[in-house]
Amino acid sequence: MKTIIKIAWRNVWRNKLRSLTVIFSMVLGLWSGLFAVSMMLGLNEQRMESAINSYLSHIQVHHPSFTENLDIEHTIVDYNSLQKFLKKQEGIKYFSSRTIVSAMASTAHGSAGVRLIGINPDAEKKITNVHQSMVKGSYFNSIKSKPAIIGEKLAEKLKLDVKKKIYLTFVDKDGNQQRLKLKVEGFFKTASSLFDRTNIYMKQKDLQKVLNNSAAIHELGIICEDLAIVNNMTALINNKSSENKAESWGQIAPELGFAQEMMGSIIYIFMSIILIALSFGIINTMLMAVLERKKELGMLMSVGLNKKKVFLMVVLETIFISLVAAPLGIILSYLFISHFGTHGIDLSAVSEGLEELGIGTRVYTTLSFANYISISILTLVVTFLSSLIPARRALKLNPAEAVRTL
Amino acid sequence: MNVIETNKLAKTYQQGEVQVNALNDVSINFKEGEFTAIVGPSGSGKTTFLNAIGGLDIPDSGKVIINSTDITQLKSNQLIDFRLRNIGFVFQAYNLIPVLTAKENVEFIMLMQGDSVKERKSRAEELLHAVGLSQQMDRRPGQLSGGQQQRVAVARALASKPQFVLADEPTANLDSSSTANLLDIMYELNQNENMTFIFSTHDQRVIDRAKRIITLEDGKVISDKNP
Repeated sequence: MKTIIKIAWRNVWRNKLRSLTVIFSMVLGLWSGLFAVSMMLGLNEQRMESAINSYLSHIQVHHPSFTENLDIEHTIVDYNSLQKFLKKQEGIKYFSSRTIVSAMASTAHGSAGVRLIGINPDAEKKITNVHQSMVKGSYFNSIKSKPAIIGEKLAEKLKLDVKKKIYLTFVDKDGNQQRLKLKVEGFFKTASSLFDRTNIYMKQKDLQKVLNNSAAIHELGIICEDLAIVNNMTALINNKSSENKAESWGQIAPELGFAQEMMGSIIYIFMSIILIALSFGIINTMLMAVLERKKELGMLMSVGLNKKKVFLMVVLETIFISLVAAPLGIILSYLFISHFGTHGIDLSAVSEGLEELGIGTRVYTTLSFANYISISILTLVVTFLSSLIPARRALKLNPAEAVRTL
Repeated sequence: MNVIETNKLAKTYQQGEVQVNALNDVSINFKEGEFTAIVGPSGSGKTTFLNAIGGLDIPDSGKVIINSTDITQLKSNQLIDFRLRNIGFVFQAYNLIPVLTAKENVEFIMLMQGDSVKERKSRAEELLHAVGLSQQMDRRPGQLSGGQQQRVAVARALASKPQFVLADEPTANLDSSSTANLLDIMYELNQNENMTFIFSTHDQRVIDRAKRIITLEDGKVISDKNP
């Protein structure tokens, strides 16, 4: 076996240019594939994180009918006992309540349908990152009377500026139209331009006063210690507070949850396609190597190397090529993915499109350790399968014909 | 004592639309210690005959009996093992393993036979010494001359302590002095160790040294002489 390994290894380097060409193409294929996949994963993760951090949070609790029509009467049932439960529950990092009203915002320059969200500014800081997304003005600390912060896109549409007034109208629980005047304290800009066009934050107490209901709470945003426990925690809250409805981020925004699940499969489908394409190169090269050495292989069989060993030798030669190429490709990919995972890739040239998708202008590549391992295994499996064709071809050689004479 | 017995060997090839009778009821026996040259014009059946007695090609009919075994009845893997243990081959184009050194090429056969490292090493060195290549043991075939490569091939053929050595045109690619040198080595092995050599050749220098000359023509034995 040792000699077969030695011969196979040395055979790889008999035609250096040819072997290096195959190795180079495998390294390039792995690198480009893994890098592209890490970009896709990065984009998706950022889209998901951005949505979670700007407005979704990990779990949201509502009255079961609230999300259907945003009826202000559908407040969270028995908020106090739910609050007590959440405070005691391990795995819950922070939570914050919101009061939400569908309203029409208007200025002298236009109007727009918006979601008016009443928040407790300090508690909300721990749940969402709107306070970090301020591009102009400040976050609830300079204007005392009914301040509001609005999305930059909405400000552009309504031609608003900081310290200007914005009028909001909505229908109260008795069916009467209510009018509310807010003063713009600042503009925020999240990764999602849709969110920025349709949301206005104000203080929860101010909104509750207008609603004439100091206990009006429509939404509870929850952040868990770990993303992995979100589904279990959602089920636990639903179990504890059956009058309300808790939903995980993946349920609230199914397109994000589905994309996340799909990414897990896409990486393997994508890499398999690249590896299958590479396998044709490997098969071609190894078939050439076998046919070129017809005489030598025939001689080996003539002098007593059995078919099993001839087969093994060709398989080993192919696997050695991949054992050189795969670590190089994986290391190169790791270096690139780590670098751009820290520094990001500037995609500001296409920022408009990305913002529509809820993604920032800088994408951070990412690939898990498990992915590196499984892609390495996949590469070896594809190489092994590719080696079977040339190895089988070698077995079909007739020693007498292969050595031509004796 | 007969080392090889052949009985009515026949082999037909289809070459395009023409049917070639490469062997036509050939029955030849070889005794231990023979130094035989098989001669004849191209297409006379020399190589087909050597392929048949070397177990590289199965005849259409007839028997090849070596050590009381009819090798025409053996299965492919049995035949490979039989060749490994009983037959030494010397090819016209040397056919050494280019990625192994001279010593490793000789050891390779013994390794497949399952000999110990010590045994392999000492026999390979002994054989390479016998063919005059003590100083070139660690060189790869590409670093050796044609004559030196063919001498390594002879050492390799003898490594498994075969019943006999089959050599197909072993001197065809060698110059006069290499040919003389190689023939001396094989002749000495024949004389001193009673090793049986069977050559297929056109080379008069080989024919001149042979103790038995068999002439084939159109797949038939037309003469069998002991000069």
